Amino acid sequence: MSSLTSALPPAEGMGPRVARWGLYLILLLFAAYYLLPLVVMVSTSFKSLDEIRTGSLLSLPRDISTDAWTYAWTRACIGADCRGMAPYFMNSLVIVVPAVIISTLFGALNGYALTKWRFRGANVIFAMILFGSFLPSQVMLLPMAQTLGFLGLAGSAAGLILVHVVYGLAFTTLFFRNYYVSIPDDLVKAATIDGAGFFQIFTKIMVPLSLPIMVVTIIWQFTQIWNDFLFGASFAAGGAQPVTVALNNLVNTTTGVKQYNVDMAAAMIAGLPTLVVYALAGKYFIRGLTAGSVKG
Amino acid sequence: MATLTINNVRKQYGNVEILKGIDLSLTDGEFLVLLGPSGCGKSTLLNMIAGLETISAGEIRIDQRVINGVHPKDRDIAMVFQSYALYPNMTVARNIGFSLEMRGQSKADRDSAVQRVAKLLQIEHLLDRKPAQLSGGQRQRVAMGRALVRDPKVFLFDEPLSNLDAKLRVDMRTEIKKLHQRLGTTVVYVTHDQIEAMTLASRIAIMKEGIVQQFAPPQEVYERPANMYVASFIGSPTMNFIRGTLAAEGDRLGVGLRSDGGPTRFLPLHEAPAQADRWLGQEVILGIRPEAITCYDPTVAAGNPALVKVGCPVNVLEPTGADTITYIQLCGQEVVARIKPSDRMVEGENADFMIDMSRANLFDPKSEQRI
Amino acid sequence: MTVPSSSYKATAAPIAADTDAPARASLGELAQRHLSKLVVAPSFAAILVFVYGFILWTVYISFTNSRMLPSYDLVGAEAYEKLWRIDRWYVAIENLLIFGGLFIGVSLAIGIVLAVLLDQRIRGEGVLRTIYLYPMALSFIVTGTAWKWILNPTIGIQEFVRDLGFPNFTFDWIVQQDTAVYTLVIAAVWQSSGFVMALFLAALRGVDQEIIKAAYLDGASLPRIYWGIVLPSVRPVFMSAFVILAHLAVKSYDLVVALTGGGPGYASDLPATFMYEMTFRRNQISIGSASAMMMLATVVAIIVPYLYSELKGGKRV
Repeated sequence: MSSLTSALPPAEGMGPRVARWGLYLILLLFAAYYLLPLVVMVSTSFKSLDEIRTGSLLSLPRDISTDAWTYAWTRACIGADCRGMAPYFMNSLVIVVPAVIISTLFGALNGYALTKWRFRGANVIFAMILFGSFLPSQVMLLPMAQTLGFLGLAGSAAGLILVHVVYGLAFTTLFFRNYYVSIPDDLVKAATIDGAGFFQIFTKIMVPLSLPIMVVTIIWQFTQIWNDFLFGASFAAGGAQPVTVALNNLVNTTTGVKQYNVDMAAAMIAGLPTLVVYALAGKYFIRGLTAGSVKG
Repeated sequence: MATLTINNVRKQYGNVEILKGIDLSLTDGEFLVLLGPSGCGKSTLLNMIAGLETISAGEIRIDQRVINGVHPKDRDIAMVFQSYALYPNMTVARNIGFSLEMRGQSKADRDSAVQRVAKLLQIEHLLDRKPAQLSGGQRQRVAMGRALVRDPKVFLFDEPLSNLDAKLRVDMRTEIKKLHQRLGTTVVYVTHDQIEAMTLASRIAIMKEGIVQQFAPPQEVYERPANMYVASFIGSPTMNFIRGTLAAEGDRLGVGLRSDGGPTRFLPLHEAPAQADRWLGQEVILGIRPEAITCYDPTVAAGNPALVKVGCPVNVLEPTGADTITYIQLCGQEVVARIKPSDRMVEGENADFMIDMSRANLFDPKSEQRI
Repeated sequence: MTVPSSSYKATAAPIAADTDAPARASLGELAQRHLSKLVVAPSFAAILVFVYGFILWTVYISFTNSRMLPSYDLVGAEAYEKLWRIDRWYVAIENLLIFGGLFIGVSLAIGIVLAVLLDQRIRGEGVLRTIYLYPMALSFIVTGTAWKWILNPTIGIQEFVRDLGFPNFTFDWIVQQDTAVYTLVIAAVWQSSGFVMALFLAALRGVDQEIIKAAYLDGASLPRIYWGIVLPSVRPVFMSAFVILAHLAVKSYDLVVALTGGGPGYASDLPATFMYEMTFRRNQISIGSASAMMMLATVVAIIVPYLYSELKGGKRV
């Protein structure tokens, strides 16, 4: 993947040099636009309330204070519950970890079965699984709420895990299927002649070859499920709510003095896990985003 | 070491028949080459022998045991794939030993078997590497090693050399032949390369559209092709097909060639075809290999009555080094001859050639079958 | 939001899964032979029930008179008639048109410009790309907190610029009935344009460099090469990006909740928030279901032709 224009000789002279400065200027202005909310969040979260009142939007904190962070983590009131964000952060972890593991595992098995042991109707089944991912969740909200109630999972973490696994299957299956399609069928044939069975081929050959797509899938699922708000707001009750729902409740509380620094710190707490993952493995996240949607 | 019998085997996908009744029978230690263009069904047949495709009808036996419903791993076969199909996540040693691992053999047994095969193929120094670190030729050897380690009854090769560059391909071809001579195992080998087929096979089965066109030793396929398809598939440049009429001149049978408006040229046949009476006066196609048309040499011609002298204009000369491919005009039809570089000819001029009619084949222009 | 990039031809599976081999197979053998189907079955069953079954359920409910709890008495298209008499629904639809149109158009424009600019052998391209794309990694509930603050006239940009010495500067869209929806566009574009950039950048890098060289030798200027050759050759990406953005627009929910809460009043409602409001807050389940069906119809109208063309024309490996 090299720049398109690297095929051409570099331009020389005065005009192009000015154009180049302009180019960098534009790119940096855009960078500022994208960074603005993050900068505001971080800097405000380290300010005291006094400083927020007197200072301006973009000013950096004079005295860095972590009070807002501690407060948001341990004491902020989510509705009537004043235990801070910590328990909700844990709720999200409890939901995300199993949901990611289960949906990734099923995605890998589905991808393997759909590409390497194709049966009649496999493509139709895949198309149906895939199509589901495009449909607006709103059409499933009400029946899902009813079903979770029926299953006795309403308002629980287990219910949300189920929801995220089911609605994550389309993506995990898609990722693994498209990856496994590029692994030659001959490997499976050779292994069959060598005497390996369905699951032996999966565990001994396919899984060891799947590391890159596994990382893509896990990061994708982690980000999606951690960031979910709609399902959390619809199906989780009170103490079982994920961190995004708690944050929204905190921020939209109208009682008392608005503590903007605490709001921002809470927002940072809710956003930090995905932000860290993005910073560490952004390459894989982008690959998930663009997977398949670019021709070629 | 085993016999292989393929008995009226068919393959259908829906309404499409890929194989239309294949009958082949191999004796112990034979080297069968399935030859044909892509889509002729040769790989399908190989996969059916391997057990990777189901058999729609008919039966396949190894050593008299019907293996139709037998799982690939229990058929006692080993296969070398075109893509080599080496497991990228395993070392060379584990690749070779994988089938033994799956059969639950002990680590020590596996190691000694892998060592034995690695020595045979001279890849002992590669055992700890991963396939990605190997060259094409080395991968090819590992793929063969994986097949050899099992000591199977039948080896299956699916175009094993087609991913190698030209020189390596020739080397590996020789190596496969040596290996076969040494091990004597029955082999089924799929290729679309006629040279590989000629050099390796004890018998060739030439396939087209799901039908075996001819099943015979290489030299017979070359000299006495069953039909025009086989004749044109094997040999380079391809066999000349010259339109003419079966005629009699005195007591001699021959092929009459009519040039535009000119006199008919009579090429006497060395031996009379079967049912000569029925074909007399009918249109036939005379098939002659380019090397059967050479520069006229009176001393050679005098000693061999099968040699017929013809004088023709020379259109184009294509020297290949060893010999020169010559395009000549014979009674209005373009014909390819193979002459020696020392036979000095000039493009655009006439020259004398002699045709070895003992190597002539006659074909029915309608059915394209050999007469 | 992605599309399979694989052969849809009926290539034979490595091992024929449904064999027509002898019928006398033991139970174990039967299981072996159908393992592949058995493995996919739970997922497929789940999708069948939780997606397609639920859609049918919602369809059914939308033809009932359900209010607080689902009722199963069919009353015809009453809920749809009611839906289309509600002023708030019209606001939501109108907002979706404004929001969707601007969001898609501006995101595409910015994404393409950024991709082309980034393609000019930029020093620090990796860092810039990371910055442009990070909003996609964050929940809008998180970043909305910051946007709400920035757009708030008394503490955000308006105040900031006034403090700089422009006391008459006004930027109070978020609290005005007729402009609140535009703040949604600002924030949504902020979130998604980097993604469009990534799509196009990947496509640009996939364009055959020989063509660029040929055009250069023919004397075409750089802008002409991009406008006349490169962009037309990545046309499929326009299609993909459009479809992805359009279906994101219809589904937009977090954005509204975090930024305006649908306000002021219900001036910035979108269908997704309308549906939630009706179903879970106003005890109008049948109307909520009817609105969900309208959303579904919109998404299907966008997605189906796209998927169809992708799968039919799928001559890719």
